Amino acid sequence: MSIKTRKYRDIHSLSPLMNIVFNVVAALFALICLFPFAFVVILSFTDEKSLALHGYRLIPEKWSTYAYEYLFQNGSQLLQSYVVTITVTVVGTLISVLVIALYAYGISRSSFKYRSFFSFLALFTMLFNGGLVPTFIVVTQVLHLKDTIWALILPMAMNAFYIMIMRTFFKGLPDGIIESAKIDGATEFQIFRKIVLPLSLPGLATIGLFCTLGYWNDWFNALLYIDNPNLVPLQSMLMRIESSMAFILQNANTNGLGSVAASLPQETSRMAMVVLATGPIVLAYPFFQRFFVQGLTVGSLKE
Amino acid sequence: MQAILQIFKDFHKNLPILLMVLPGALGFILFSYLPMGGTLLSFKQYRYNGEGFLSSFFSSEWVGLRNFTFLFGTNDAYIITRNTLLYNIAFIVLGTIAAVAMAILLSEIVNKRLSKLYQTGMFLPHFMSFVIVGFFVYSFLNMDKGLLNSILERFGMEGISWYTTPEYWPFILILTNLWKSIGYSSVVYLAAITGFDRSLYEAAMMDGASKWKQIRSITLPLLKPLVIIMTLLAVGRIFYADFGLFYNVPRNSGALYPVTNVIDTYVFRGLKTTGEMGMATAAGLYQSIVGFILVMASNYTVRKLDKDNALF
Repeated sequence: MSIKTRKYRDIHSLSPLMNIVFNVVAALFALICLFPFAFVVILSFTDEKSLALHGYRLIPEKWSTYAYEYLFQNGSQLLQSYVVTITVTVVGTLISVLVIALYAYGISRSSFKYRSFFSFLALFTMLFNGGLVPTFIVVTQVLHLKDTIWALILPMAMNAFYIMIMRTFFKGLPDGIIESAKIDGATEFQIFRKIVLPLSLPGLATIGLFCTLGYWNDWFNALLYIDNPNLVPLQSMLMRIESSMAFILQNANTNGLGSVAASLPQETSRMAMVVLATGPIVLAYPFFQRFFVQGLTVGSLKE
Repeated sequence: MQAILQIFKDFHKNLPILLMVLPGALGFILFSYLPMGGTLLSFKQYRYNGEGFLSSFFSSEWVGLRNFTFLFGTNDAYIITRNTLLYNIAFIVLGTIAAVAMAILLSEIVNKRLSKLYQTGMFLPHFMSFVIVGFFVYSFLNMDKGLLNSILERFGMEGISWYTTPEYWPFILILTNLWKSIGYSSVVYLAAITGFDRSLYEAAMMDGASKWKQIRSITLPLLKPLVIIMTLLAVGRIFYADFGLFYNVPRNSGALYPVTNVIDTYVFRGLKTTGEMGMATAAGLYQSIVGFILVMASNYTVRKLDKDNALF
């Protein structure tokens, strides 16, 4: 028996040589994908002086944790940005998932009379949009969200594509459960909360992760709507880092802290900030990758 | 009377679910449909008069198609359209080939655990924002300290001022985009390959077909419909560029605009920096309309081929 299965495997797999070639190619590309991140980590642990002298090196002349020490001591802006990003991510994901799930559930119910109207309302936003300038004007001049935390949350809250994913998911739930709950006298909201949601956790997790990643990585809304430094999220802070570095330097000079300016680890602390902004994702993504793959393959379905 | 009563009855009966879709519908109306109405601005010389949007809207002067004639009268319209289309075509063609090849590679690797591990590695770039990717690229291309220039110098060549030399950027942007997207897009193809009927391969084995032959005459033909559909869906989005790629990766360098300016960055700069609101709105509407036609056309074609994969 064991011989038979062995043989079975052998004829079906690549020749050993080709297997090695395929492995090398795939491993190489995977390394290329990981390399820039590793490189930035190395740079962030490089001594500022040796970096200035020798440029970015794969193996630095001298290692140092000074960039991180500096950031932790002087990084109130960094901390503030962390708070903004975490707030936006948590609140935004909760709002998005709830609103999307409710909407998708509504249009998944065949007994809902206005189903096709609301399906169209969502779908059409995938086909046509007003463009950047009208959106900007609506958000700033009609809704007056400029320089509020809501400008980072609400424009991203609805997403027709996620609604389609969730609708597909809800449609897969057995109709009988909902019907029998109805007969037992449950209201629509009770059915949604006590039966539909618990059965849909995998689907909710998938779009929840999509939303989390979207909010964590968003910088575009901040670029458009945020000027107040207290509301700048991490990603956006990294974009503004050039000017914020100049600002710190200037501050240090006017406060007579010339020595601080001199010891400001410009290059390495920039890289350290990149590491701190991406660290949580890099550590977590191998665990939630599965859900993304799921969402990706479900997402291509409809009805 | 009967009919009106029926409407009320329907409304009452559907009320709980109507309440459920209400918050989402409100979101769509505020953030999608109001801006759609706002495209009328492209026919106006919009000036904010400080008394709210509606008042400003009505007090602004109608200029008909002047914004559009201005836009298409400049060289800009041609350049941003060309850049958007050519880059997207390159992304679609090269991206599809690379993703399919990688999916086949991953599916054939004997040790499935290693294959999963490679996949996890390739997936990482997808989780990085273009701000971060911009820093990654910068660590290579930085003029004085970047890795690439120090390699060039080691070989006795002169360092290149990458961020002011437009010639290289089509390649840099295409490579960056491929690097970021291959891992993610190959997943779709890999999932399809995993689902193929193994007995086809067994039959081919019996007939003595080599692995290459199997890939060529079983895997690829079976993948073809999916490849066509994914390509058509991408073609539907060909008028939209990834703003982050074209804004953050070249670090918004003015010297590179001729090869990095796409419709999306043009509209953004019109709004935020150059202040050419009228032209920016016109360019935005031009993008939305052509984009709409393309999505409809590609969806129509997809639906003809395979109803299940159409958007609607």
